[in-house]
Amino acid sequence: MNIHEHQAKELLRQYGVPTSGGGAAFTPEEAEKIAAGIQTEVRVVKAQIHAGGRGKGHFKEKEAGEKGGVRFAKTPAEARDLAAQMLGKTLVTIQTGPAGRIVRRIYISDAANIGRELYLSALVDRASSRVAFIASTEGGMDIEKVAHDTPEKILTLTVDPASGLQPFHSRKIAFALGLKGDQIKQCAKMIEGLYKLVLEKDLSLLEINPLVVTKEGDLTALDAKMSFDSNALFRHPDIVALRDETEEDPMEIEAAKHELSYVKLDGSIGCMVNGAGLAMATMDIIKLYGAEPANFLDVGGGASKEKVKSAFQIILSDPSVKGILVNIFGGIMRCDIIAEGIVAAAREMAINVPLVVRLEGTNVELGKEILAKSGLKIVPADDLADAAAKITSAIKTAA
Amino acid sequence: MAILVDKSTITICQGLTGAQGTFHTKQARSYGSKVGGGVTPGKGGSKHPDPELADLPLFNTVHEAKVKTGATATAIYVPPPFAADAILEAIDAEMPLIVCITEGIPVLDMVKVKRALSGSKSRLIGPNCPGVLTPNACKIGIMPGSIFRKGTVGIVSRSGTLTYEAVKQTTDAGLGQSTAVGIGGDPVKGTEHIDVLDLFLSDPDTHSIIMIGEIGGSAEEEAAEYLIREAKKGRKKPMAGFIAGVTAPPGRRMGHAGAIISGGQGRAEDKVEAMRRAGIAIADSPASLGTTLTKVLKG
Repeated sequence: MNIHEHQAKELLRQYGVPTSGGGAAFTPEEAEKIAAGIQTEVRVVKAQIHAGGRGKGHFKEKEAGEKGGVRFAKTPAEARDLAAQMLGKTLVTIQTGPAGRIVRRIYISDAANIGRELYLSALVDRASSRVAFIASTEGGMDIEKVAHDTPEKILTLTVDPASGLQPFHSRKIAFALGLKGDQIKQCAKMIEGLYKLVLEKDLSLLEINPLVVTKEGDLTALDAKMSFDSNALFRHPDIVALRDETEEDPMEIEAAKHELSYVKLDGSIGCMVNGAGLAMATMDIIKLYGAEPANFLDVGGGASKEKVKSAFQIILSDPSVKGILVNIFGGIMRCDIIAEGIVAAAREMAINVPLVVRLEGTNVELGKEILAKSGLKIVPADDLADAAAKITSAIKTAA
Repeated sequence: MAILVDKSTITICQGLTGAQGTFHTKQARSYGSKVGGGVTPGKGGSKHPDPELADLPLFNTVHEAKVKTGATATAIYVPPPFAADAILEAIDAEMPLIVCITEGIPVLDMVKVKRALSGSKSRLIGPNCPGVLTPNACKIGIMPGSIFRKGTVGIVSRSGTLTYEAVKQTTDAGLGQSTAVGIGGDPVKGTEHIDVLDLFLSDPDTHSIIMIGEIGGSAEEEAAEYLIREAKKGRKKPMAGFIAGVTAPPGRRMGHAGAIISGGQGRAEDKVEAMRRAGIAIADSPASLGTTLTKVLKG
């Protein structure tokens, strides 16, 4: 789960990490009010969407102006006008894809006197199975590019969960970032706060890019991105409250309600599969046969009639779906029961696109018989390759 | 022989009185696994409400269950908020093999578990995995026993249903399995490909290996490098493999918590390439795992 920059900064403040102040506005009037409470000469007016690259992005609508999603206002009135320009408009950045995202809230904050821009992040590192910090002097840049082009400019260190964060960790980061004097102490306090925040709130990623050394010589987090481990949200109702569903795909939200794992893709063949690995493999084989998958969908181990029905509903609500491939390996769950579920759901749903079903596993013959006798236009497939060939040719004939 | 579990393995079940623990313990027993008892804190000494399992003793702690049943393995079906604690208790009880089926454990809980495992007397398989099965001997977890056949192929996979594909296809090809191990779809887990490959290479009953991976992390690349090093020492077995997620978009989690391409890492193409370099025949579709291995074996 992701949150907005202004929410992330609020959390940083709670953990003693210096960052910009201000707050979020949903209307131009609110923006003016917040701007009036800010003492710096310039106010930063930032579009809030769950995607990076906002400063270098652009708006689709002409009336939003030519500038990107990060703008500067000298007066509260100007902040109001800038907010009015951006609110409700579509911001396109390198991370949003060409469709862009509608800006529904604006963050107004004080401006920092930027001296140097650095990079700092903390994440759960798979290779070491530990929390890792990544620091670089190349702030404000795409860190993946820095890692690729100049790996020597990146420091990665991991924290042993048994001994926890130690002063030497912070010293290593401070020296790698070229910090001096009081900045080293500020850095130690910041790292301590960030580590505590990661552990206490179950963050899977915390990225400060850039971390700024101001002209006055102080450290401050100029931007902040946070992702939370969705498996841990059950113990963080305060974090769940920060969720902004308008930033998420409505079909993915609907799928989650039915305990289905769904990811929308750009192709035309809807997939319903049990198991994440098999679901990915099904997408891959569709591509191998010259078509594109419309989605990833894992119905899970149970695949009851109700689940199959909601899965069909979700797949069919995507207008680009021209055919459906159901691929189920019945293990503990018997194929005849799954077939009954598919038939019952298909009967209630009136499916108007070609439907290919591949069943395998326990009681597969009985399952196939149920599908064949249903009287529904279900195309049976013998194996996954056969299924992929049948659905790709079916949508070609239909088109 | 096989690996990890055999006919003599006695297992216990943590979370035996829950719905999952009840259902799958019945399945495991009907497959022929020796189940010694179960652990449900607070229900020690009482009887399982299901008559089919009423003969199994219930214990309050893993330590007590291990001492009284002689178990060398535990199957964990405890819900996610309490699963890490259940694994840590099993490690504390020095249980040799811990298999955690539970999906949805917070990753930072697993970071602690992983630390506790290092230097311990336990091996953890999972979490978020289908378990381990040695045909006609022992089944721990949720794999369907009916598709297995005693044989010579060792199977290791991050995905449950793709494990079943490989099992079914090697059964159909007449090869059968020595042992199948589902290591699980989480980013931080007890056992990686590399650990299972090491066991298969040493196991005289395993004549060939199928390795199935997916996007996310670098475990497959590390396993490939390991295989190249071992081959130089003369440890080598015929292998087929498959990687799921060629079409998965970067930055999106594909069902499994660990199946995500992030920061340019974990792409399917890179894994396929690394595995090819290690001499693994890569199946272009999960439907051809069995035929790909058969081709390798025929030379």
